[in-house]
Amino acid sequence: MIPGEFTYHRPSSVAEAVAILANHGDEARPLSGGHSLIPMMKLRMAAPEHLVDLGGIATLKGISEDGDTITIGAMTTQHELIASDLLSAKLPIIGETSRLIADPQIRYVGTLGGNVANGDPGNDMPALMQCLDASYVLTGPDGERQVAARAFYEAAYFTALAPEEILTSVRIPVPAAGHGYAYEKLKRKVGDYATAAAAIVLTMNGGTVSMCSVALTNVADTPLFASEAGQILTGSTLDAETIKRAVAAAEAITQPASDGRGPAEYRTKMAGIMVERALARAAERARS
Amino acid sequence: MSDIEQIPVTMTVNGKKVQRFVEPRTLLIHFLREDLNLTGPHIGCETSHCGACTVEMNGMSVKSCTLFAVQANAAELTTIEGMANADGTLSALQEGFRQMHGLQCGFCTPGMITRAHTLLQENPNPTEDEIRMGISGNLCRCTGYQNIVKAIQYAAAKLNGTDFQEAAE
Ligand SMILES: Cc1cc2nc3c(=O)[nH]c(=O)nc-3n(C[C@H](O)[C@H](O)[C@H](O)COP(=O)(O)OP(=O)(O)OC[C@H]3O[C@@H](n4cnc5c(N)ncnc54)[C@H](O)[C@@H]3O)c2cc1C
Ligand code: FES
Ligand code: FES
Repeated sequence: MIPGEFTYHRPSSVAEAVAILANHGDEARPLSGGHSLIPMMKLRMAAPEHLVDLGGIATLKGISEDGDTITIGAMTTQHELIASDLLSAKLPIIGETSRLIADPQIRYVGTLGGNVANGDPGNDMPALMQCLDASYVLTGPDGERQVAARAFYEAAYFTALAPEEILTSVRIPVPAAGHGYAYEKLKRKVGDYATAAAAIVLTMNGGTVSMCSVALTNVADTPLFASEAGQILTGSTLDAETIKRAVAAAEAITQPASDGRGPAEYRTKMAGIMVERALARAAERARS
Repeated sequence: MSDIEQIPVTMTVNGKKVQRFVEPRTLLIHFLREDLNLTGPHIGCETSHCGACTVEMNGMSVKSCTLFAVQANAAELTTIEGMANADGTLSALQEGFRQMHGLQCGFCTPGMITRAHTLLQENPNPTEDEIRMGISGNLCRCTGYQNIVKAIQYAAAKLNGTDFQEAAE
């Protein structure tokens, strides 16, 4: 379980990191927490010749608020997401989701940027970012561009990120104060990826849903933004009939693999149950 | 020998400054065990699951099998070898593991104690649930965890100057 050889780079600025990536093309990979990449390198499923450690770039850390947007630096760890007072107040679903990722040791090191850039359908943050309609800021040799989380994922390990680009931050529009939220994840044990998981954010107005956003983890090649389920729920009073239709709409877009976590049919069903549970908790938390 | 350049690393390990040249692909656990002869941190799974390799790095518990030694450059590290009190007596946690029978084969113990150390730094008075979640990245195949939880409660009580009554099972 020893990774292949590589040349190690530790740039101190994004510009320097991008230049190294541009120089080496496909042979180079950014290294953030390494808690997805190093296991892959030990298995020799990844064998980059150049590793560009982003750990020395101070500007990639931190959480800030600017008007209606919260910006989280790519190198912010899951532990820091949980500890953030700003996120607890404005985006508590991020801490709730982070606590369901891996274990304490991994959360000290694993970063938000690495989690969303990785492209593994098992990662929990991508669906959450789709639910929140976040955008990823990508910096390359030609400057910066933003890609919506909902448009970023193409297939397992294939994303809109170019090899010479670095994901520098995640920008999240702050949901309305008093919004309801929940991340429900079915897993076999601590440290396991989801059998199925669902993220829900909604706002209520006098018993009627005025906005509802739903996304799913690990039940397809990519995270899934369940737009139809969200539309069905929006405008409803969350009556049983509507919930049933929304759950069916969410289940319909899943395409899970049959694996150690269960046969595909089971995982589709579990995705529906996660939606139902997340919905119940989100509605309970929402202030009308 | 490979033609990949060796990289100088400097870190403070258990209070002592060390400087070495390492191949970039050297994992921190191998660096600790083979270069520094600190064999307290164990290799259980090598796949980031068991926590036997846990050490403290800059106040965080990390799995040293899933970090490159070069990533720990300039860091402060503490391994189980650095856990005893300065005068060589057992720390509250070590004493707790001994008094409460928090170990059987002892393989998981270095990771358990270093993890629990960081946990108690962050949360000096954890509930049983917080202890169980706090050590959820550490596997023990012997004890059933019951006495490990008690050992940590014992240490917390001792550090807080309160009484811990529970007897070992
Ligand atoms: C035992 C175990 C259990 C886990 N369980 C879960 C879980 O339940 N849910 C979950 O979501 N995750 C889980 N993880 C993964 C963990 O959260 C990782 O830390 C995370 O997926 C990747 O973050 P990282 O910072 O470690 O990234 P790295 O491993 O450093 O990088 C991952 C990939 O993204 C690329 N990359 C990293 N940062 C950037 C960037 N800024 N710009 C461009 N590309 C970049 C890298 O080149 C690499 O290809 C688990 C990991 C382990 C070891
Ligand atoms: S050896 Fe590192 S977690 Fe098991
Ligand atoms: S005491 Fe044997 S593994 Fe924990």
